[in-house]
Amino acid sequence: MKENFKKAPFSAQVDLSKFSMGDFEKATDDEKRQQDVMGESTTFFKDGMRRLKKNPLAMGSILILILLVLVILFAPLIVPYGYDDIVKGSANLKPFYYSTQELKQIAAGEDVFPHIFGTDSLGRDYFIRVVYGARVSLSVGIIASIIVLIIGMVYGSISGYLGGRVDLIMMRIVDIIYSLPDMLLIILLSVVLRETLINAIKGTVLAKLGVNMISLFIVFGLLYWVSMARLIRGQILTIKQNEYVLAAQCIGTSTARTIRKHILPNCLSVIIITTALQVPSAIFTESYLSFISLGVSAPMPSLGSLANEARAGMQTYPERLLFPALTICLIVLALNLLGDGLRDAFDPKLSR
Amino acid sequence: MTKYVVKRVLLALVTVVVISLITFFAMNAIPGGPFNKEKATSPTVQAQLEARYNLDKPLTTQYVLYMKNLVKGDFGVSLKNGREISDIIGESFPISGKLGILASLIAIFTGIVLGSTAALMRNKWPDRLIIFFITIITSMPSFVIATLFLYFFCMKLGWFPAFSAGENMTVLPVIALSMSPMAYITRLTKTSMLDALGQDYIRTAKAKGVSGLKVIFVHGLRNALIPVITYVGPMVAGILTGSMVVESIFNIGGLGSKFVMAITNRDYTLIMATTIFLAVIMVLANLITDIVYKMVDPRIKLD
Repeated sequence: MKENFKKAPFSAQVDLSKFSMGDFEKATDDEKRQQDVMGESTTFFKDGMRRLKKNPLAMGSILILILLVLVILFAPLIVPYGYDDIVKGSANLKPFYYSTQELKQIAAGEDVFPHIFGTDSLGRDYFIRVVYGARVSLSVGIIASIIVLIIGMVYGSISGYLGGRVDLIMMRIVDIIYSLPDMLLIILLSVVLRETLINAIKGTVLAKLGVNMISLFIVFGLLYWVSMARLIRGQILTIKQNEYVLAAQCIGTSTARTIRKHILPNCLSVIIITTALQVPSAIFTESYLSFISLGVSAPMPSLGSLANEARAGMQTYPERLLFPALTICLIVLALNLLGDGLRDAFDPKLSR
Repeated sequence: MTKYVVKRVLLALVTVVVISLITFFAMNAIPGGPFNKEKATSPTVQAQLEARYNLDKPLTTQYVLYMKNLVKGDFGVSLKNGREISDIIGESFPISGKLGILASLIAIFTGIVLGSTAALMRNKWPDRLIIFFITIITSMPSFVIATLFLYFFCMKLGWFPAFSAGENMTVLPVIALSMSPMAYITRLTKTSMLDALGQDYIRTAKAKGVSGLKVIFVHGLRNALIPVITYVGPMVAGILTGSMVVESIFNIGGLGSKFVMAITNRDYTLIMATTIFLAVIMVLANLITDIVYKMVDPRIKLD
C-alpha cells in the first residue's frame, strides 16, 4: 500500500500514511457551521427587486403612485359629487368655500361635503373632476402601453426570430413608420377618426368610451409600437444564438413555443423597463391632445382638457390651472423616476 | 457615402409620399369633409369648389392633381375664410420659424453647458442640482410650462404684458419652447461627456501634459457632441409640435396656433396642407441630421 502511493509532483493531496489517528481532532460545531450555505441563492428578479428597494427615489415614486391610485379608486365613492353633476348656485367657488345655499344647509344641521378644490364655472366639484381626469390619464397611459407592448412584442419577435428576407421586409416597414412624424400623424388621425368613427360605433359599448379615446388607442396601435418592435428584435437576434435555443429546436419545439418559453423570458427586463417608460410618454401625448381639444370627449374630464379650460379664467382662478397641471406633473414625474429606477435595477449592462 | 446619401434621400421621399397619401385619403374619408358633397353649400359655391379641386374626377386623379399643385406652391384655399393657404403659411411660418430657431439655439447652448457641467462635477452638488431640475422639466408637458410661465411672469410678477403680441412676447414663448429640448440635450451631453472622458485618448492627452481645460474642451467635448447631433432631427419635430400649444397660449399668430385653430374650426383643407408642410420640414430635418452625423463621424455605420 505504502509503496503504491504515488504523489503527483504538484498535488495538494496529503499523504495520510504519515499521520496516525491521534493526530486528528473532531471539528467543533462552530467549524461545522462554516460549511453551511448561508446566503439564499437569488434569482434575477429578486436581485433586481433588492436593488430597486435600495433606491429611495424609486420607492418614493411607488408610494406616491399607490397613494394616487387609491385616491383615484376610492375618492368617487366618498365624495358625493359626480364629475358632471352641477351643484346649483355654487359656481366659481374657491377651495373649501361654500355657496350661500350650502351655508344655509350647514346652518340647518345638514352635512355638506366640502369642495376641496372649489368648483368650476358651471358649479361642478373640481376635486372630483381632477380625480376623474387623473383616472382617464392613467388608464390611457397604461392601456396604450399594453397595446404598444403586445403589437411590438409580436412583430419584433417574429421578425427577429425568423430573420432573413422576412426580417428585411418587416424592418423596412418599421423604418418607414419610424420616420413618419408621429405627433403630426396622431393629430391628423385623431381629427379624421373623430369624424368617421362617430357613426360606426353609435349604440355600441364603445360609444361610452368616446370616439376620441378610441382613436387615441388606434393611433397608438398604428404608430407607437415601432420602437418597441425594434428593441425586441435586437434582443432576440442575440438571444437566439444561445445553445438552449438550438437544443429546443433539436427536440422539435414549435417556433411559437420557442419564442414564448425560451426567448421572451430572457428579454423580460428590457420589456419591463421600456413599458414602464412608455406609460408617461403616452400620458404626455394624451394630455397634449386633450389640450388642443382632440382628447377625451366632454363632459368626461382629462387633465389636459381641464388645464385648457382653466386658461380662460387663469387670472381669477389660478388654482383651476394649477391642480390639473401639478397632478399631471406628479404622475409623470413618479412614473419617470420609477422607470429610471427599474432600469438601474434590472439592466444587467449597468449593474456590472 | 454617396450610396448612403442616396439611400437616405430615397427613404425621405418615400416618407413624404406616404405622409401625403395618408393625409389626403384620410381627409377624404371624413364624412362632410372638405371634398364631400354632403356638405351644405350653395350650388354655385359647390360648383366652384368642384372645379377648383377637380371633384368630378376619380380620387386617385384628384390626389395626383393635388400633389402637382402642392409642388407648384398652390396649397388650395382655407375652408373657413377662403384665403389662399399658401398666403396663410407664408405669413405665419416666419413667426414660428423665428421662435423655433431661437428656441433651438437656446436649448442647444444651455443644454451643452449644463450637461458638461454635470459631467465634470459628477456626484457633486452642481450635478445633483442640474439633474434635479432636468428631471422636473422632463415631467412637465409643454402646455404646463407655457401656462405656468404666463401665469407667474405675466400675471403674478407683471414682468411681461399678458395678452398682447408685443415685442416682449418673443422672450417667454422662446424660453418655454426651449425647456424640454434643453433638458434632453443636457442628459445626452452628460452621458456622452462621461463616456468621452473615460476614453483612452483622454488619459493619453493628460499623460502628455495637455492642460486640463484643453483636455476637456478639445478632446472631451468635441467627441461628446457627436451624439447630440442625432437629437437635432427629433428636436425640430418636438419644437414644431410644442410651438402649436405655446403659440396658442401666448396668443401668437404663428403657424402652430393657426394649425390648432384649424383643428378646432374643422378647417380640413388648412389641416391637410399644414400637416404635409410641417411633415416635409420634419423629414428634411431628419435627413440633414442623418447625413451630417455620418459626415462628422466616419466610424458610424448606419446601414
